[in-house]
Amino acid sequence: MSKKKNMSENEIIKDFQTITKETEPKPKIIKNCINAFWVGGLICLIGQIIHMLLINYGGFDEETTKMLVPAIMVFLGAVLTGIGVYDKIASFAGAGTLVPITGFSNSVVSPAMEFKKEGFIFGVAAKMFIIAGPVLVYGIGSSVVVGIIYYLSQRF
Amino acid sequence: MNSNTKRLGVQTVRMQNPPKIITTYSMVGPKEGEGPLGQYFHEVVKDDTLGKESYEKAESELFYQTVIKAIESANLKQEDINYIFAGDLLNQLTSTCFAARNINIPFFGLFGACSTMTESLSLAAMMIDGGFADYTIAATVSHFSSSERQFRFPLEYGSVRRPTSQWTVTGAGAMILGKEGNFPEVTYVTTGLVKDYGIKDSNNMGAAMAPAAVDTIVKHLEDTGRGEKYYDAIVTGDLGKVGKEITLQLLEKQGYNIRDIYYDCGDLIFDDEKQGTNSGGSGCGCSASVACSYFYGKLMNKEIKKILLISTGALMSPTSTQQGESIPGIAHAVAIEFNSNGGEK
Repeated sequence: MSKKKNMSENEIIKDFQTITKETEPKPKIIKNCINAFWVGGLICLIGQIIHMLLINYGGFDEETTKMLVPAIMVFLGAVLTGIGVYDKIASFAGAGTLVPITGFSNSVVSPAMEFKKEGFIFGVAAKMFIIAGPVLVYGIGSSVVVGIIYYLSQRF
Repeated sequence: MNSNTKRLGVQTVRMQNPPKIITTYSMVGPKEGEGPLGQYFHEVVKDDTLGKESYEKAESELFYQTVIKAIESANLKQEDINYIFAGDLLNQLTSTCFAARNINIPFFGLFGACSTMTESLSLAAMMIDGGFADYTIAATVSHFSSSERQFRFPLEYGSVRRPTSQWTVTGAGAMILGKEGNFPEVTYVTTGLVKDYGIKDSNNMGAAMAPAAVDTIVKHLEDTGRGEKYYDAIVTGDLGKVGKEITLQLLEKQGYNIRDIYYDCGDLIFDDEKQGTNSGGSGCGCSASVACSYFYGKLMNKEIKKILLISTGALMSPTSTQQGESIPGIAHAVAIEFNSNGGEK
């Protein structure tokens, strides 16, 4: 009891703020970046290989292939999510698995699976886009805005 | 001290006839079973769904089984018990309320986030000491997968966990309190104030809860006049690696050095490096399962005699987080002592 210091709440808050800053563990940015880079690169490489296979051995033309590759990558992302692997890769690779189209697939499939228990209407359908929704809204929204600017700039 | 009142200082009450914790039961999921405390839990389930079709139902079942098995191990019947105090983390206390449908004991549902173990234990003890009950139960449960979907992301969504983030414990603990027998006793209860020092990051709950833990520990020691060295162990609920260090340093600034007797259940339950849990465990099942197994065991075999248990809660909701609110923290302290002469030296 004798050692006790009488501190005001404000002093404690000040101490708290410095201690919190000092003790906060720092994320391993360089390591995370390297992992994101090579895993993300690998996913793109797989996409490119599929692209070449389709053109050289599948007999598809360039235009069709451009549609088929994303469809296949989305499918692969969905399968890996379904068998519970994608989140494990993602916890290691971070943005490397988030940015490619497989990450988009994961963000739609994972809530669809999770909320299946609430039924197909209020669960799967309603919750499917809780993560990807904002990307769609602002992605499509901004493309419309850019399109209008482009259209106007062409006219004048 | 006025001998007519059980109140002591500003926030503490003293038990006149300290209620005894006559038995405990703890059940945890497989990941917790693989952790450093695996051998201490009464039961480790192999399948964290417990054969149920949803994680909410699994959590409810986990709670139900823990309570029933605690009652069995005390050789009591449900009718013998006057009240059960319990809670969990889900909206509207889904898992405990739904489990309570099948339990024939008058039920008080409590929400104190992860602080619910000592919140329920406080009330269960006060109810007996007040003469309103012969037997009471304090119990809580949490489940990793049901918490993830309520507070964070779908399980299969790929995201990187932050170094400060904690892993919700799949686990439940129940304590049965009574009046008779030679068992560890609840001697003092210090009820905490809600403290919010402005942490907004729900991935840093340890820091959000640390101020409440510090405040409650200091108030308890002031109110009881006990030095920090009175206790063999001062145990917080789920501050984790990060919050534990903040708590220690804040206490040191105020003149209390408890480093060698201080433990945190969230810090103990996982091997953060091996199990990828970053800053340790959290959830109301964390302090419940660890206190009911590891620490109660140590009290029973007299390795330690006096312990101050402080479960800590981060009182945020998914909505408050999205609206940019900071996270209020809460902590309740309960002194548990195993002396032959009623807890007093």
